[in-house]
Amino acid sequence: MPMPAYATTPERAWYYAHRVIVAAILLFLIAPILVIMPLSFNSEPYFSYPMPGLSLRWYEDFFTNDRWTLALQNSIIVAVSVTLVSTALGTLAALGLSRPRFPARGLIMSLLISPIVVPVIISAVGMYFFYTRVGLTNSIPGVVLAHTALATPFVVITVTATLSGFDQTLTRAAASLGSNPVHSFFKITLPLILPGVISGGLFAFVTSFDEVVVVLFIASPEQRTLPKQMFSGIREMISPTITAAATLLILFAVAMLTTVELLRRRSERLRGIRS
Amino acid sequence: MVATTAPDIVRTADGVPLKQKLQRVERSRQLKAVGLVMPLLLFIILSFALPILTMLKNAIDDPEDISQVLPATMQALQSWNGQDIPDEAAFAALAADLKQAQKDKTAALVGKRLNYEISGIRSKVIASARKAEKLEAGPYKDAIIAMDPVWGERDTWATIKRADSPWTSFYLLAALDMQRDADNSLESVPAERSIYKTVFVRTFWIAFQVTLATLILGFPVAYLLAKLPTRYSNLLMIFVLLPFWTSLLVRTTAWFVLLQDNGLINEMIQLLHLSSEPVRLIFSRLGTIIAMTHIQLPFTLLPIYSVMKTISPSHVRAARSLGAGPFYAFWRVYFPQTVPGIAAGCLLTFILCLGYYITPALVGGATDQMVSNLVATAINQENNWGKASALGGILLAATLILYSVYNRLVGVDKMKFG
Repeated sequence: MPMPAYATTPERAWYYAHRVIVAAILLFLIAPILVIMPLSFNSEPYFSYPMPGLSLRWYEDFFTNDRWTLALQNSIIVAVSVTLVSTALGTLAALGLSRPRFPARGLIMSLLISPIVVPVIISAVGMYFFYTRVGLTNSIPGVVLAHTALATPFVVITVTATLSGFDQTLTRAAASLGSNPVHSFFKITLPLILPGVISGGLFAFVTSFDEVVVVLFIASPEQRTLPKQMFSGIREMISPTITAAATLLILFAVAMLTTVELLRRRSERLRGIRS
Repeated sequence: MVATTAPDIVRTADGVPLKQKLQRVERSRQLKAVGLVMPLLLFIILSFALPILTMLKNAIDDPEDISQVLPATMQALQSWNGQDIPDEAAFAALAADLKQAQKDKTAALVGKRLNYEISGIRSKVIASARKAEKLEAGPYKDAIIAMDPVWGERDTWATIKRADSPWTSFYLLAALDMQRDADNSLESVPAERSIYKTVFVRTFWIAFQVTLATLILGFPVAYLLAKLPTRYSNLLMIFVLLPFWTSLLVRTTAWFVLLQDNGLINEMIQLLHLSSEPVRLIFSRLGTIIAMTHIQLPFTLLPIYSVMKTISPSHVRAARSLGAGPFYAFWRVYFPQTVPGIAAGCLLTFILCLGYYITPALVGGATDQMVSNLVATAINQENNWGKASALGGILLAATLILYSVYNRLVGVDKMKFG
């Protein structure tokens, strides 16, 4: 956005003011992340600057303390299971919903997406009542089930968006050459929509990995996850180990963001959209 | 020219009329498509929708069914006009029921149930049941009123009559700070007992303030990002997307640390001599709004950005060349085209804000909670499922109404993340 030569003085002033304002807002967005990371290396259990010295003791605690290692282990088990189930269910549903003239598409789509907008406390309380009755509370499968319901909408949205740019004549060409639908799905459709499917899967993983309210209601301390451990850490007795956990989760977010961004570019290249 | 009369309909190789054959193929295609969606649909219904529906049932379920304890009284009250104190027959029935209840030790149940609506009646019912044992013969009316004047009140009888149903509107009304009076019509509860309406208003007000803040902060950023060349905007986009991908708990923790009385923000304030006392940020409304705005900003910003990307810069240039000033061209030509993005982003943020739980619970003040926190308290501390479900049901209704507006205006498949 270069400034045109005919710009007047107020326009020039606004041009720079706009940039300064945007810089301040971007700083606001990134500041909490930048502030919490160095604190994890603080040698003293304080949450303020300047730091008296550097140490890795909070990382050591994170990787050796049972409370944190069990939480990390549970989080990974749950999130990986959720990713597998929700990616499979969500991709199948997105394939069906993308077929032309799907009956009652709007209604079904809004039901499938609703777990995103329904306040999570309501989902959590409903699941607490219902899962107690069928004996699913205080168990890992119960948490996986609940998280899958909350995570699948992201897969449906992402894969449906990818399929909207998919050229349906390719599967018709495969069919006319004698390929059966399953074969042409694995040989033609899946490779082309794979970036979208993986992005959807990563969204599902992050959704489960980050979810805390449902876990608070339907899980016992045995099934505590990383977010639940952080929640009780802040609520009860804040230990600086939480900053080490936060830093590791931020690095994880960076990895996720990079992967999704690379996948998006690959998907655009595959579909021939290049800006 | 071929005459297409009825006998000449086109048929496929196996003799089926083409139209019929096409319909059949179309139907089987639709069935296959439905078959693909079915597993997820069933899964969502069983693991998500059904639990919520069962919860909603709690909101209208009468927890204590006293029609089993007071069968004769309920029977006698059927013909009651609801205006005067019931006649001798109803009192005789009550005496018989109370005697039986005393024997079965179920009087406390009646007391508990009536106490939901008339506070303090519990002990009176239990005492009356004990005294009722000694009532030999009628007339009962004066004898029972003599036991406790509460039986001479119309309100007591109206409440008993209303309880003759497995359903109750009590919780839903209570969640709206309403109750029924003796004439069974609705009235607001006295101001000193009115609490829930305040929380609903507060929740909507916080959601509105956060939405407005994200719009004010998000719009200029989206505008700049949409106008910059891709290589710069992609780089700056990291500032928006990284917080978006970072765990909610991490961001809430970070704000928890930053907002402390001796946290970084307060240190800065002191350093700049803006205030000599630490500013109360943690456990306050301001802290909640700052943290929620930070979390919701990408949700408002991204839809606005993607709409702005599609606006052709030639429109504003044309307006300028026709003599419009820079602000006029922006306001009359560019801004109206961004409205769909603003609507999509703000509506989504507002809907999501209504359901906030974690951030107000950790950063907000104890007396300044949102509806979700009230639901959690009703479950965890008061063990009052009916109340939690009624509050949750009203919150859900508000959310779903806004969701259908969102669906109508934007479309659920246009929802974008990252």
